[in-house]
Amino acid sequence: MLQHLLNHYYETVSIVLFGIGFTMLLLNRNMIKKIMGLNIMDTAVYLFLAAKGYITGRVAPIIAEGLEGKESFINPVPSGLVLTGIVVSVSVTALMLSLTIRLYRRYHTLDIDEIAMLAKKEDL
Amino acid sequence: MSKKNEKYESTLWYRLKYWVNGEEEDGIVEKETDKYEAHLKRVSVEDRVYRAFSEIPNDGEEERAHYEELRKELLELSKRYETWPEKRGVKIFNRIYQVAAVILCVFIIGILLVTVSYLPEFGNKDNPSNNEVSERYIEKGLEETGATNIVTGMILDYRAFDTLGESHVLFIGACAVLILLRVDQVKKENTTKEEIEEANTEEIYEKDEDTILKKVAFFLVPTIMLFGIYVILNGHLSPGGGFSGGAIIGAGLILYLNAFGYKKIQRFFTYKTFSRISIVSLLCYACTKGYSFYTGANHLESIVPLGTPGAILSGGFILLLNICVGMVVACTMYAFYTLFRKGGM
Repeated sequence: MLQHLLNHYYETVSIVLFGIGFTMLLLNRNMIKKIMGLNIMDTAVYLFLAAKGYITGRVAPIIAEGLEGKESFINPVPSGLVLTGIVVSVSVTALMLSLTIRLYRRYHTLDIDEIAMLAKKEDL
Repeated sequence: MSKKNEKYESTLWYRLKYWVNGEEEDGIVEKETDKYEAHLKRVSVEDRVYRAFSEIPNDGEEERAHYEELRKELLELSKRYETWPEKRGVKIFNRIYQVAAVILCVFIIGILLVTVSYLPEFGNKDNPSNNEVSERYIEKGLEETGATNIVTGMILDYRAFDTLGESHVLFIGACAVLILLRVDQVKKENTTKEEIEEANTEEIYEKDEDTILKKVAFFLVPTIMLFGIYVILNGHLSPGGGFSGGAIIGAGLILYLNAFGYKKIQRFFTYKTFSRISIVSLLCYACTKGYSFYTGANHLESIVPLGTPGAILSGGFILLLNICVGMVVACTMYAFYTLFRKGGM
């Protein structure tokens, strides 16, 4: 199994990155750091998808002289999927950051526990 | 802006909402009583202790002193129990939470690593993901879309509907940030302390005239813009396309803004420019792609020929679609930056 993991080092690294991002998301109380964790998770997914589309000895799917037929190109589908993922992650990150700015303006802290406490006190 | 109905509580919609939520019609009144009861329950232990010992018998000095002592002890005890959740309880909970989170993460990584070890071999051409879909895209892509870059041909021709959705996601993201962060210009009269402070920091940014930055930007901005336009226009021939080229142009705009300030950039790029360019680009994309869907589904000949592969004017509508996407992306990037920096364009 370890040998297999070493051979699949792209996938292994992407899983480790995913784990790091997830841990950041759970353990950090700072909202900005949580958003960073989510972005690291996104990056891991892109790496995984790009690795899935790679075929040894082939080049990017741009047709040029001397490169024709399906035998000379990698799989183009994961590349398109990564593009979609990047666009969505940019939008989601912007939305989350703007919500964080609004929260900071109201409660003057980025600590999510403190925000929850302050919000509860406001309710009483 | 919608007007608020004065008799909102007697409208059909209001009653429907309460019915959907599974509450009675006089739900609000009930809720208030609930709140009151909850508040009564929350009255601190301290009060209860006071009340229990309020009727101290006047039997004698000794008994009164005894009662006083008892009351003090009870008060301290109650205080300790009242503050326990806030002091010790939170700490213990946080410790348990951290340990549980680490265990969960390690568990998830372990499961995923085991899954990875069962995946088919890396880079093998016979993997199940390299199936007839990608083969067809590669074999027929040039012939059917006219784009030498197969990925561009795929995302702007075969899967163009998906890309339209992506551009809309970006546009809606910019709209949401605009709603959340825009500083309303009408409300300038009753500005709060923070807003004044923010305006002051903005002035500090503006006054900071950096000669090196200006000189460098003077040479860099045109180059960056040209490079972005090149990447967009060659999207169907070489690596790149609307998204990457648009991001480059957006970066150029941001550099220009940082070097020369808001007054200079507002000569050609304001909020109006942003909204007009975005909406016109999205509409143009939707109409063009709608036309090509129509001709494709009815087996009609499109008015735009595919052209010779490798030329700039080839690939049917792909060039136009790339330009539309690039415009939307550039505007959105710049909008994100200005909104996060000062809440307006």
